[in-house]
Amino acid sequence: MTAGVEIERVSQHYGRAKALEDVSLSIAAGEFVVLLGPSGCGKTTLLNLIGGFAEPSSGRVLIGGRDMAGIGPRARPTTTVFQDYALFPHMTLGQNVGFGLKMRGVARAARQARAAEMLALVGLEGRSGVRPHELSGGQRQRVALARALAVEPDVLLLDEPLGALDLKLRRQMQDELKAIQRRVGTTFVHVTHDQEEAMAIADRIVVMNAGRIEDDGPPSRVYLRPRSLFSAGFMGEVNKIPVTNGQSPLGPLMPGTGTLCLRPEAIGDQGELPLGPARLEEVAFFGTHIRARFAPQAAPDLPLMVHLPQGAEARPGMMTNLFANNPVLL
Amino acid sequence: MKALRPLGWLYLALAYAFIFLPVVVLVVYSFQDGRLPVPPFKGVTLEWYGKILSDRDLVAAMGNSILLAVLTSALALVLGFLAAHGLARVRLPGSGLMRLVLIAPMTVSYLIIALGLLQVFNQVGVRPSLVTAGIGHVVINLPLCFAICFAAMGDQQKSAERAARDLGAAEWQVLVQVSAPMLAPALAAAFFLSVTFSWDEFIIAFLLTRFDVTLPVEIWSMLKSGLSPATNAVGSLVFLISVIAVVLAEILVVRRRG
Repeated sequence: MTAGVEIERVSQHYGRAKALEDVSLSIAAGEFVVLLGPSGCGKTTLLNLIGGFAEPSSGRVLIGGRDMAGIGPRARPTTTVFQDYALFPHMTLGQNVGFGLKMRGVARAARQARAAEMLALVGLEGRSGVRPHELSGGQRQRVALARALAVEPDVLLLDEPLGALDLKLRRQMQDELKAIQRRVGTTFVHVTHDQEEAMAIADRIVVMNAGRIEDDGPPSRVYLRPRSLFSAGFMGEVNKIPVTNGQSPLGPLMPGTGTLCLRPEAIGDQGELPLGPARLEEVAFFGTHIRARFAPQAAPDLPLMVHLPQGAEARPGMMTNLFANNPVLL
Repeated sequence: MKALRPLGWLYLALAYAFIFLPVVVLVVYSFQDGRLPVPPFKGVTLEWYGKILSDRDLVAAMGNSILLAVLTSALALVLGFLAAHGLARVRLPGSGLMRLVLIAPMTVSYLIIALGLLQVFNQVGVRPSLVTAGIGHVVINLPLCFAICFAAMGDQQKSAERAARDLGAAEWQVLVQVSAPMLAPALAAAFFLSVTFSWDEFIIAFLLTRFDVTLPVEIWSMLKSGLSPATNAVGSLVFLISVIAVVLAEILVVRRRG
């Protein structure tokens, strides 16, 4: 039970405000796609259009090749995991998970069996009779996931499902989400503003900003070779060096004009692109790495943030010749 | 502060006495072993209760009152709940105004409502009866039911309804299986409050019924023939049933929340 999603030249306007501007996106069946962007970028609007909670001002949404115009959430082959869980407080977990099947006219016994099976899938076996208020946040989120998956949707939509969880639990749930997606094979479209979460779970990341798609690709490609400055900055920390006709404040670096983007961990004492001598200004130990701020001799007011390996020698005041890897000119 | 504590208790006792003394006097003198419900208290008898319960008109009026209270409250509740659900869910340009107009009858005195309805029914040619009084009671209880339901609908309600639709529920299934059960405490509270209001409402029932009168109207006609412990006994019964309705509402609400 899985299907692809086609977004064809979709725009969404709320009065004068444009939430989406001529967006096209093709999602393959069984893919785990993450829509990533800051709040107000249009990612949730796009999810609502797929789920049928809103109709696009123009353009088409197709699921499994079928045009979804005029079809409400009830009749779409999609279900949603909401950020606030939206569990039914007056029902037990079994009744919550079985609700969608009940609406489809599945008999009680079959419903209960399926609900128990889905609760087991999310690690809550034997808890069918419990009510939602007895559960922790993470457990409620699992129930919401089980409830949405119980009806075997072609596409599962996840609207910042981990946003309300604490960091540790969020990382753990990411792994589980990914494992469950592999198991059930359903197309997952997941919305988040957390780029680490996106990289942890996505087959493909779609970076959005101001109603447009900025970048679209596998996590490693989007992180290492972003297609836009926004995408580079949103995926993680980046040093930006202006380059004009091959010239930069650090001297000649690479041909072209634009902004040279260098990740902090791509700078060190060796690499393909020499950056020249720089003075170490400040260091901080971060556990997995040492975070250092360098002032290049050629341009002391253009500081470079560098992540040095754990054991590296780093004393403020020392001079080092810096090199960079994976330079991207945008 | 400690020195003030007895004063606090005294204040509380006086406040309760002020509120409940009339009721206590009413109930006590309903057991009066004498012809007048006034001091001195001459002894205890159940004679008056026996008398009113064997009065056919009075028992019929009590039946009418119960029927009227339950049916009009149920109708007001359904209408109020549906209106609240619609207005809470959909944002229309005139939503605020619609809400205001729905609640507005609360500010109009029962007398005005009764007179207005009386004239309308006269114009249309409908005769005063239990049905016309019932319409009047729906008019006064609908705003109450609407206000209670509307206040109880929050974001949790909305998102659960959204989830239900997403899982394939039709609109009536959302209402019956998600919205109403989630609001059960508020619905129960609204229903039983309506019952108590309708149960001892006098003016509308007086002006809009003719032969099949309600209990308050029957009591009023009893009072015309002078004071008697029998009227105290009826009053005590009216009070008892109001108390039962309120306690039921309380139990239902507390049990659902707990």
